[in-house]
Amino acid sequence: MPMLEVNNIHTYYGNIHALKGVSLKVEQGEIVSLIGGNGAGKTTTLRTISGALKPREGNIIFEGEDLGKRKPHQIVHKGIAMVPEGRRIFARMTVMENLEMGAYIRKDKKKIAEDLEWVFELLPRLKERRKQVGGTLSGGEQQMLATARALMTRPRLLLMDEPSMGLAPVLVEAIFDTIVRINKEGTTLLLVEQNALMALSVANRGYVLETGDIVMHDTGEALKKNEKVQKAYLGVE
Amino acid sequence: MFRTWRQRVTFSDIMVWIIGLAIGVVVVWGTISTIQSGKYSAESWFDLIVKGLALGGVYALIAMGYTLVYGILRMINFAHSEVFMSGPVTAVFLANALAASGFLNKQPLLSILAIALLSMLVSMTVAILVERIAYRPLRNAPRLVPLITAIGASFFLQYTFRGFYGSGFQAYPTIDALAGSWKIGTVQLYKTQAVVIMAAIVLMFLLYAIVMWSKLGKAMRAVSEDREAAALMGIDADKIIVFTFALGGAAAGIGGILYILLFPIAHFYMGFIPGLKAFTAAVLGGIGNVPGAFLGSMVLGLIESLGPNLFLDGLGIPNASQLKDALAFIILVFILIFRPSGILGERTAQTKA
Ligand SMILES: Nc1ncnc2c1ncn2[C@@H]1O[C@H](COP(=O)(O)OP(=O)(O)O)[C@@H](O)[C@H]1O
Ligand SMILES: [Mg+2]
Repeated sequence: MPMLEVNNIHTYYGNIHALKGVSLKVEQGEIVSLIGGNGAGKTTTLRTISGALKPREGNIIFEGEDLGKRKPHQIVHKGIAMVPEGRRIFARMTVMENLEMGAYIRKDKKKIAEDLEWVFELLPRLKERRKQVGGTLSGGEQQMLATARALMTRPRLLLMDEPSMGLAPVLVEAIFDTIVRINKEGTTLLLVEQNALMALSVANRGYVLETGDIVMHDTGEALKKNEKVQKAYLGVE
Repeated sequence: MFRTWRQRVTFSDIMVWIIGLAIGVVVVWGTISTIQSGKYSAESWFDLIVKGLALGGVYALIAMGYTLVYGILRMINFAHSEVFMSGPVTAVFLANALAASGFLNKQPLLSILAIALLSMLVSMTVAILVERIAYRPLRNAPRLVPLITAIGASFFLQYTFRGFYGSGFQAYPTIDALAGSWKIGTVQLYKTQAVVIMAAIVLMFLLYAIVMWSKLGKAMRAVSEDREAAALMGIDADKIIVFTFALGGAAAGIGGILYILLFPIAHFYMGFIPGLKAFTAAVLGGIGNVPGAFLGSMVLGLIESLGPNLFLDGLGIPNASQLKDALAFIILVFILIFRPSGILGERTAQTKA
């Protein structure tokens, strides 16, 4: 049984039909990348999984349970966290407070302290900046904070929406290294990216989304070699 | 791209500056002539300052409710003045019963705590009910809708409490332990005012601590910054909103009893003026900002208490102190014109709101 199963979902913004029957699966332990151009519906897909949007048709099954009736905050309790598009850190709160919000649903103080050490070890810059207010961090540091904050919920499945957006190439590499490490340490990942090359390089499998529809899916390697993908997303002539 | 100053400065900017300058001149002129007249002694200034701070303390506790709710819902809870009123109009019955039994003057501290606790619980309950019944169903409605509902809820509460307790004035009993004043050198310090100032400061610090350092307080700040991101942390915004209303209601209920220590009469209409003043104070300090609510309230209390004698009297206006309410609301109008974001509010708050 896959960890996450998205079955033929249709999501609307008022009358705008943004997702036209998206289906995808994520197996336990995988990195799955969802690539596609601007406006393809990647963010909408993740927001539908996290419960911020409700699909008008189709269903989302996580670890055997239909998430249909769940509110966004309840879905976090189920074990799904998200690093949203544009990071959405709490800009007026300190780094430490942002991380505490990540641990909001958890009670075990000792485990929380251990995880805090773990995210600081994963992203040491945050430790240096822990007393600083979120809004004063650089873009790269904000991305680290958004990631760390999501990890503090202790998710089994982590959704990441364009973690490399707006970052310098060095930082993009660092972010992807972190993604691979997070996955190696036991978190399953569904990764949305416009940076298709990086996303497919780290992914076990990938899906290509075009105007609200999945048009291709295959292993990360195979998609990287696919001619259509190369032309449309990898800038290969 | 550079523009010349002529292009940058609009006609209305110039008008606003001229008006601002004119007010400044009038205030300074009035102040100087009052001080030169020597009509008021140092002792009477001290009196006025203490009175201003006591009033400011009460406004601060009410202002918390406006500011916290605004922070989280971007909405002015105009029913908050009735949340404030509901506590003291109910607790007066307990106060009178305690006075009749003689307990009030035997155990004044315990009695005041019991009265304040009752007032707090009533105001808190009313605040929670207003949120549940009047605002929650309209959570996603256009912003004007809950505003109109707030005004409706305000009238509804006034007339409901009039229905409960009648339209008369209910006098609170006097507490012997708080009657009179302490003499410090040549000045007099009224016991009630001193108690109100101290209690208000302690309570405001407590509220600040809750907002800044408690888990719920932090979650409240997270929800007010970004509700969707807070939901991604597993924070249930509805619960946090209830907590916010409860906290603001509790503060207003205790504030109601401090208000009663200054003006010991309760009636169903008593919330209107202090509510509006506390709202003014919250806007003055920068709505949505907790230290701002405190600062704005103290400044407003002082302006209200000192202003008439300080600058209106010097201008030869008779019975200037009767104009204190007018002064407070003139200030509201001027902040809205000159600095809508208040003393501590960020300028960007305007665009966000
Ligand atoms: N809040 C919204 N209201 C209306 N339409 C939206 C909204 N957000 C996204 N859309 C539309 O839905 C489609 C998918 O958008 P999105 O999921 O953000 O794409 P992506 O993340 O792949 O760039 C686009 O056509 C976009 O214009
Ligand atoms: Mg997107």
